[in-house]
Amino acid sequence: MEKIKRKPRKAHVAENDCVACGCCAKVCPMQAISVYKGVKAVVDWKKCVGCGKCAKECPASVIELREIEL
Amino acid sequence: MKKKWYDYLWLLSLTYLILGFFNILFAWLGLLCFFIPLIIAFVYGTKSYCNRYCGRGQLFSLLGGRFGLSRRHDIPQWMKSKAFRYGFLIFFCVMFLQMLWNTYLVFAGTADLQQAVTLLWTFKLPWHWAYLGNAVNPGAAQFAFGFYSVMLTSTVLGLITMVLFKPRSWCVYCPMGTVTQLICKVKNKE
Repeated sequence: MEKIKRKPRKAHVAENDCVACGCCAKVCPMQAISVYKGVKAVVDWKKCVGCGKCAKECPASVIELREIEL
Repeated sequence: MKKKWYDYLWLLSLTYLILGFFNILFAWLGLLCFFIPLIIAFVYGTKSYCNRYCGRGQLFSLLGGRFGLSRRHDIPQWMKSKAFRYGFLIFFCVMFLQMLWNTYLVFAGTADLQQAVTLLWTFKLPWHWAYLGNAVNPGAAQFAFGFYSVMLTSTVLGLITMVLFKPRSWCVYCPMGTVTQLICKVKNKE
């Protein structure tokens, strides 16, 4: 049986709906997410391990885990 | 992660709410929650206040998160829409101006001091015990009552959405958050 190869899942921010509150940055264990210039949250996919803590915390629920190719 | 000094600012927010029960003049301190975020946004172009120092946000995340007083459901789509966020900001500002107008009337001597806290812009709660006499101009006391009304109303709204949705749902439609984000957007476009 052939194994299906999946890409790693990482946090993805729907930037237009982000309120830049920074709740995500507070819970990230890898310090992979930060608020860029008070406008939106930005994820450093090199650091993100896809744990989903930020997605769970986000009060606007604008973060989701997606398969992302670096 | 090691806790920093600013992780305890929720204590200040809580103290502020409690002090208002004993002496309404403490309500003036709430202006800090208005000016600090604005100054940070104007000078540095960031939302550091929301991100780090907001005691109210910390209080909600403590009650909703640690104490589990939140259903942790997704906030409805319309509540995070730009229309609702800006609409709420405008409504909030109009109500604030009305409060300032009432304060002005008391300062000018055309209206009497109302020793009441107005909750959710509608319900007048008796609050006379927190007014300890004529040490200050009645206008200054009127502002304190009005400002405490604003702070208590927003706390109640925040608590309701905390229970219904996620702990810090208030942050989605917080007027200060909306306005500082707007400032940052304009400032960082230059």
